[in-house]
Amino acid sequence: MSTATRPQTQPSSGSTGEFVPRDRPLSWANIAKTIAGGYVPLIIATLVVFLPLLWMVLSSFKAPGEIITTDLKVLPQGLNFGNYAEAMTTVPFAKFFLNSVIVTTIGSVVKVTLAIATAYALVFVRFPFKRVIFVLILVALMVPPQVSILPNYILVAGLGGQNTYWGIILPGLGTAFGTFLLRQHFMTLPASILEAAEIDGAGHWRRLWRIVVPISMPSIATVALVTIVSEWNDYIWPLIIVDKPDMMTLPVGLTLLQNSESGSSGWGIMMAGAVLVVVPVLIIFAALQRYIVAGLTQGSVTG
Amino acid sequence: MSRLRTQEPPTAPASGGATVRRKYFTGRTRRDFFVFLAFALPNLILIGAFTYRPLFSNIYYSTLNWTLGSPSATVVGFGNYITFFTSPDAAAVLGTTAIFTAVTVGGSMILGLLVSLALNLKIRGTTFARSAVFAPFVLSGVGVGLVWLFIFDPVYGVLAWVLRGLGQTSPQWINDPQLALAMVIIVYVWKNLGYCAVVYLAGLQSLPNDVMEAAQLDGAGSFRRFVSISVPLLSPTTFFLLITSLLSSLQAFDLIRVMTPLGNGTSTLIFEAYKQAFGAYNRAGYSATISVILFVILLAMTGFQLRFVEKKVHYA
Repeated sequence: MSTATRPQTQPSSGSTGEFVPRDRPLSWANIAKTIAGGYVPLIIATLVVFLPLLWMVLSSFKAPGEIITTDLKVLPQGLNFGNYAEAMTTVPFAKFFLNSVIVTTIGSVVKVTLAIATAYALVFVRFPFKRVIFVLILVALMVPPQVSILPNYILVAGLGGQNTYWGIILPGLGTAFGTFLLRQHFMTLPASILEAAEIDGAGHWRRLWRIVVPISMPSIATVALVTIVSEWNDYIWPLIIVDKPDMMTLPVGLTLLQNSESGSSGWGIMMAGAVLVVVPVLIIFAALQRYIVAGLTQGSVTG
Repeated sequence: MSRLRTQEPPTAPASGGATVRRKYFTGRTRRDFFVFLAFALPNLILIGAFTYRPLFSNIYYSTLNWTLGSPSATVVGFGNYITFFTSPDAAAVLGTTAIFTAVTVGGSMILGLLVSLALNLKIRGTTFARSAVFAPFVLSGVGVGLVWLFIFDPVYGVLAWVLRGLGQTSPQWINDPQLALAMVIIVYVWKNLGYCAVVYLAGLQSLPNDVMEAAQLDGAGSFRRFVSISVPLLSPTTFFLLITSLLSSLQAFDLIRVMTPLGNGTSTLIFEAYKQAFGAYNRAGYSATISVILFVILLAMTGFQLRFVEKKVHYA
C-alpha cells in the first residue's frame, strides 16, 4: 500500500537491529493515509450512530405539517413542544415515566443487594456444594428470559400479579449476571484484609458492609448501571403482565402510543415518546459509559 | 480457586486441645452454614422459581392442547411437535430465524471488526467514537425501533426523501415480507455492531506488539498484517462473539415486535412463541412447544461453546 510513496531509507547493514520507523511521521502521504484510513471510517461510524438519534430529536419538535410533507426540512421551525404535550395527553405518559422509575429503582436496588449478598456468600462463607451452586448460576446466565415468559405469566397472573408493581418486578429479581460478575471480582480481593477483620471479631455482616462493599465500589457500580439500563429497557415481560395503561412502563407505553397514533400524522408524537425513553439512558451512558461498557463486555477475551 | 478463600488459616493455634478446636470448628461451620443460607437463598430461590422452573413447565405445557386462560386441557403427547414440524409455518419460521440470525451475526461481526480497526488507530477522537458506536447497544429496542420505522417510512421517511432526491421511489419496507426482514436486520446490526467493535478492540489491543513489528520489518503491508496476523490471533475473540451474538440474535424480540407488529415475514422462533400464546390465538401448549424447540437450539449452542471454546477463551 504505502510502499509506493514511502521514501525508502536503505536498511544499512551496520545497524544494530534497532527498529527504525521508515515513515517520516509528518509526511503528506502519512497525513492523507491517516485521514482516509482513520478519520473517514471513524466519522462515518459515528454519524451512522448519531444521525438517526438526531433525527428523532429534531422530528420531535416538528409540527405535523413539517412532517407530512415531501418538501422535507432538516431543522424544525422552532422549539415546538406540541408533540410532547400531545404524547402526554393521548396516553398517560407521565404515569409511564413514574412507573418506569419505580420499577427500575426497586428492581435495581433489590437485584444489586441480592447479587452482593450471594457473591459474598459464594466466595467468603463456608458451605457444602458451593461449586454446584455456582455452576447452576452460570447455567441460569445462559437461559434467556424470553423462553420463560409463558410459565412465568401463568404463575404470576395466577397469584394476582397482573397490573401490579410486584408482578412486573418479581420474576426478574433473581440475578445470575450480577452474582457472577461480583463473584469474579470478590475472588480477586486479598484474603488478608478479611482475615484481619475476622481476628478483630467482625462478623460476616460487618465484613461485607465495612470492607468488601467499600473496596468493590467500581464493580458494584458496573453491576448497578447495567441492571438499571436493562430494567429500564425491559419490554417483553411488562408487555405481557400489564394491560392497563395506568401500570405500563415506558417501552410498553410507547407501543400503546404507536397503536393509537397509527396515521402518518403521529410520527412527531411518537418521536417525542421515543426521546423520553431513549434520552435518559443516553445521558446515563454518556456520563458513566466506562462502567457500562466494562460490564456489558465482561467475558470477552482478556489476554 | 474458591478453596483458597475458605480454607482455615494455616496457622491454627497448636496450644488448644483437639476437642476445644473441634468444638470451635463445628460452631463456626454451623454459623457459616446459616449465614450462607441467609445471604444466598433469596436469590437462589428466585432463580429457581423464575428461571429453572419455567424450563420444566414448558416441557409439560408442550404436551398439552391448551388454550391460555381455559380451565381444561387435553394431553396430546408429541402432538404439538408433530403439528409444528408438519405445518408450512415451521419452514417459514425456521427459515426466517436462520436468515435473521446468520445475517445479523455475520453483519455485526464483520462491520464490528472493521470499525474496531479504525478505533485501534493512534489518532485523536477514538475514545469518543468508541463510546458513540457502543451507545445504540444500551438503548431501548422499542425506542430505536420506532425511530427507524419513521426513517424507513415509504412516504414521509428521511430515506424516501433521499431516494426521491436520487430519482428513485422508496420500496414498501413494511408491507413486503422480504423487505421487512431486511429492514429489521439492518436496524439490529446498527444496534449491535458497536458491541462487536468494542470486544474486537479489546482483542486487538491485546495482540502482541513484537509480532506486528517483526512483520512490518519483513515488509508486510498493513492489509497483509491484518489478514495473516490479526485475524488468526483474534480467533478466540471471534469465537466468543460468534456464540454470544448467536444467542442474543435468537432472542431478539423488541425490534421485531415494534417494527413489524404482525410479524409479516419477520416471525422468528421467539416471536412465533409470543404470537401463539399472547397474540390472537392463545395457544399456550403450542407456544410452549416452540419455546422448548428454541431452548434446545440455545442449549446445543451453549454446549458447543463449553465443549470447544472454553479452552481458548479466558473469562474475565
